[in-house]
Amino acid sequence: MKPPPFSYHDPRTAADVVGLLGSLDNAKLLAGGQSLMPMLNMRFVLPDHVIDLNRVDGLSYIRENNSALEIGAIEIGAMTRQRDIEFSDLVRERCPLMHEAINQVGHRQTRNRGTLGGSLCHLDPSAELVTVAAVLDAKVSVAGKDGTRSIDFAEFPAGYMTPAIELNELVTGASFPCWPAGHGYAFVEFARRHGDFAIVSVAVLIEEDSNGKVTRASITLGGMGPAPVRASEVERALIGEVPEEKRLREICEVLRKLDAIEDIHAPTSYRQQLATVLPRRALLKAHERMMKSRH
Amino acid sequence: MDETRNVSLTVNGKRYEATAPVRETLADFIRHRLGLTGTHLGCEHGVCGACTILLDGRSARSCLMLAVQADGHEILTVEGIAPSADKLHPLQEAFRDNHGLQCGFCTPGILTTLIELLRDNPDPTEQDIRIGISGNLCRCTGYQNIVIAALDAAKRLREAQKESA
Repeated sequence: MKPPPFSYHDPRTAADVVGLLGSLDNAKLLAGGQSLMPMLNMRFVLPDHVIDLNRVDGLSYIRENNSALEIGAIEIGAMTRQRDIEFSDLVRERCPLMHEAINQVGHRQTRNRGTLGGSLCHLDPSAELVTVAAVLDAKVSVAGKDGTRSIDFAEFPAGYMTPAIELNELVTGASFPCWPAGHGYAFVEFARRHGDFAIVSVAVLIEEDSNGKVTRASITLGGMGPAPVRASEVERALIGEVPEEKRLREICEVLRKLDAIEDIHAPTSYRQQLATVLPRRALLKAHERMMKSRH
Repeated sequence: MDETRNVSLTVNGKRYEATAPVRETLADFIRHRLGLTGTHLGCEHGVCGACTILLDGRSARSCLMLAVQADGHEILTVEGIAPSADKLHPLQEAFRDNHGLQCGFCTPGILTTLIELLRDNPDPTEQDIRIGISGNLCRCTGYQNIVIAALDAAKRLREAQKESA
């Protein structure tokens, strides 16, 4: 097994990458290589050009932007390694959900190479970082020949494993709005083995008032369809409720009606079952964390 | 004609320069151009972990990198773990003493993975080890003796550290 022949380019600036994307036909961007390299090795993709992003300056960073929103946001460069997100104190403190999720992404060997931008653009329906970007309403920064633009993550998936960017555009990073200190969070997934892509995953964020009643909720399911699914109905139903087992069971039952794909890993009905169970577990975990942070 | 490039890199402390087709994986480059066949290739698509090497001190699957990407970088393969030709590393000794390998095919990847793990976490729990090697497949041992060997190695390395301190 060996990748098919291609021309190799290793530009040093984002502008050079955009230039190459504009001038080359059938080019593929190589980020961390943890998905593209297997696809090349198995010859699932046959690009004429591979543009390696690993020597491009300025695409690897994790920083706080407190002027972005009232509550602040964490900005992460597209070529930031998943490992660096995993070990970032800033991420752990301001966005603990992402920290919890990233520990379930692959293995140390793949997180050492795998990148945020690669994961978002590969857009595997079960990828943890994709679900995290959806639940946090991330904004994706994109560079093109006419400058940069920002895409709401809700608009980012254009189809199965296809981001809504032009062929001559480059994702340079993403901005993740923070939630207030002490919020409840949980990332729960069901996979056959540690490090596998999830069959179904769920990311949950909640805020509660002093009586433990939910005042704000964000819930996103991964692995159900081509793109992450926002559980809006449940988010609304939770407002004013105290998360406890029996009530959550009733509220989450509506998720059984979500569309779900069927593949070799699980039939539709199995995913729908997980879609009712995992959010309940995640909400209970998030609620417990919220309670704990108050004591 | 395959496009080629010169690749110069340090492997196990030694400088190498070679010409490689740009599509050649780092794993094939290490094995075929440099002749270091300790790095094994199982699945060649990033699942089995047999080809794990350390790139600038971080574990990576060498089948998921191109050789040209390693230009200017430093690599450690299983051949570079032992301190000398006639002396094993404590990790290797622990594997020998605890029957941590049978056929040995997965061992190079597991050893390189554990070199990084034990460097970053000198006192791991059994759970830490199991998660740490979850990206390495072994079809012989059932992992039990690998985990025992890894915990034993951690202990040996801590004791060696204490003695030298």
